Amino acid sequence: MNINNFQNIINSLIPGLPTWLVFITSAILISFIVINAVVITGALTVWLERRLLARIQSRLGPNRWGPFGLFTPVADLIKMIGKEDTVPATADKKIFNLAPIVLLVPVLLVFAVIPMSNNSFLGQLNIGILFIVGVTGFNTLAVFMAAWSSRNKYALFGAMRGVAMLLSYEVPMALSIISIVLTTNFLLNIDGSNLSALSLVGIVQAQKIPFFILQPLGALIFVTAASAEMSRAPFDMIESESELGAGYHTEYSGIKFAIFQLTEFLAPVATAAIISVMFAGGIKGLSFIPGSVILVVKIFVIVLIFIWIRATWPRLRVDQIMNFAWKFLLPLSVINIFSQAIILQIFYSSDSIITINELWTIAFINWILAGISIFLLAKLFGHKGRDKNIPIPSKLANMEFTSE
Amino acid sequence: MAFKTEPVTINLGPQHPSTHGVFRLKVTFDGEQIVDAEPVIGYMHRGTEKLAEERSYVQIVTLTDRLDWVSSMTNNLAYVRTVEKLANIDVPIRARYLRVLCSELQRIASHLIATGFLMQELGTFGGTPLMYCFREREKILDMFEMLCGARITLSYMRPGGLVQDAPPEFWERLKIFQKEMPGYVDELESLISDNEVVLARTKNVGILSDRVAVDSSVTGPMLRASGVRWDLRKADPYEVYNSLHFEIPIGSVGDTFDRYFVRINEIRESIKIINQVVEQIPTGPIRTEIPYFFKPPIGNAYTSVEAPKGELGFYLVSDGGISPYRCHIRSPSFINLTVLKDLLVGSTMADLIVVFGSIDIVMGEVDR
Repeated sequence: MNINNFQNIINSLIPGLPTWLVFITSAILISFIVINAVVITGALTVWLERRLLARIQSRLGPNRWGPFGLFTPVADLIKMIGKEDTVPATADKKIFNLAPIVLLVPVLLVFAVIPMSNNSFLGQLNIGILFIVGVTGFNTLAVFMAAWSSRNKYALFGAMRGVAMLLSYEVPMALSIISIVLTTNFLLNIDGSNLSALSLVGIVQAQKIPFFILQPLGALIFVTAASAEMSRAPFDMIESESELGAGYHTEYSGIKFAIFQLTEFLAPVATAAIISVMFAGGIKGLSFIPGSVILVVKIFVIVLIFIWIRATWPRLRVDQIMNFAWKFLLPLSVINIFSQAIILQIFYSSDSIITINELWTIAFINWILAGISIFLLAKLFGHKGRDKNIPIPSKLANMEFTSE
Repeated sequence: MAFKTEPVTINLGPQHPSTHGVFRLKVTFDGEQIVDAEPVIGYMHRGTEKLAEERSYVQIVTLTDRLDWVSSMTNNLAYVRTVEKLANIDVPIRARYLRVLCSELQRIASHLIATGFLMQELGTFGGTPLMYCFREREKILDMFEMLCGARITLSYMRPGGLVQDAPPEFWERLKIFQKEMPGYVDELESLISDNEVVLARTKNVGILSDRVAVDSSVTGPMLRASGVRWDLRKADPYEVYNSLHFEIPIGSVGDTFDRYFVRINEIRESIKIINQVVEQIPTGPIRTEIPYFFKPPIGNAYTSVEAPKGELGFYLVSDGGISPYRCHIRSPSFINLTVLKDLLVGSTMADLIVVFGSIDIVMGEVDR
């Protein structure tokens, strides 16, 4: 899917249009297609998540409407739209109405720069990574807008926790991106490519072996921080439905609530897309399958992993989450950046080239390094596990049972 | 610049996803820290004690089903034992064994619910452990359905014995259950007990010291988690517990994890008891007939049994009529709930829900 193809089609249909008009028309067309595809993917993810959770929990899941219950999201949506759209009397109406949009738009914008093919137009944006970091930072603002404007204590509690958490986890996420950019820069320079190391196409180009094999530590930090960024279990602090009702969107109903739900289910897809581009080689893979198909398969494999994690992990407490970010992930990401810089420089300076074999050696070193550093940090900050000693009975009201 | 802060009061309930029914808690927070907690109960008061004064002794059995609706068997048992003590009714030995069997099955079912909901409140989405617990509880409820036709409000026991003997298919199903259940408990434990997040969330959270526990007459798994070895099945053996061998699991410090762990171990002990009952149970009648217009002699009686949640006692006063003059219920949920404030003050919002879940209350029994 390329903007040039669209421009050619429009030019052949209506010849003689000014270039800027053709460009704008094709841009609107392509974004219409992408947004609809993304929203439908979101709806499918709702179905997938509910079915898979049900299987993990030995239930059946939604199976009434359509084959295998595939139309359940449609029924959900019809129900949501049909509901009354209430706004609390004390709410700040403008911000209250704006919050769902501020939350949804960044998630959709992320898909603009995901390279679906080699000559993707926006994928070549030379600051693609910075664009993603900047755009996803908006969700902090949206959560706070929703909670603050709805004048609800539960919502405010959720948002206060959420904002603290989202801001903390942006640090390790950005740091793990830096190590990726560093590696990309090295590898692109060697190839003599003129792509920017900050563009996603460049990152895909540089992945002779996928970066999650080359940099296990960076991938781990990024996946953890990203799952905190989209506030899914075990980091679902913003919502924490067993404590705060529904968290920041407690007061929302109807179509606005539907937008929140849609964003919640789109976030894993967007995150999986970023991860698959940055760490799993994006469109690269088997040469006889089109790149976009490979990318979609990779995205859904990562989404499945996210669902699996969500189904089996309890939630951490807010102070433990903050500790984890600052005491565990931050040192790890600093270790990651420095070790990558040093290792790459050593291999590069010997003969000004890094071959595939050398990359595998680097990957091997990195896996060992990751294991050692995680083990040491866990020893330092981790939980000591439960003691398996036999408890001593209290002297109060203790029955001296004769052992039979 | 100094910030001016003030505490926030949040009204938890009566409609809240994790209040186990209509329970209201006025909590004052300083940031995430709890500075005050005031429980408000009574939303589910149905006047069970007063209603009992208008019913005949047999009819009251159905009222007891609705006290703690996840463990009707032990409620029935506590009540009928009081009537039997009041009127000196002898119970056939087979009925006694069946009563023990049923109450141990009910204990397993109740502890499964307690564990499942504790995990739900820890935040496993959709409650994966909860669904696993419900899957096993269904098997117990199916067996109860074979016994008496009901699944929740059982009314299986009568003063003098039981309604009817267990059908042959019940024993077949029980055999399967005995075989499967230990493996299932292991599975559940492997999912929960060594989970890093569960440990981080429950270890040293909501510590109840043995002194406070005894002083506020907390009973059941909550008391035993604080390290106090007190179980009515051993301390004051009723029915046939004398002839059965089992241990009493206790905890070390009395935190939320210990409360969970004591329940899991009690499930194992209950399975042991069930195995012994199946071996020992004799044949014979299951009920001593009592007159249709049953009038116990003038007097009063109190007995208690070890219900899944603690000591469940009934106090009956008879004036010689067909219904009791007074019926008082000592419900474990209500008395265990009294220590809630001691557990909560100083902990955080997230701990509140977990600590509250670990007490394992049923509002029907708290408000009666």
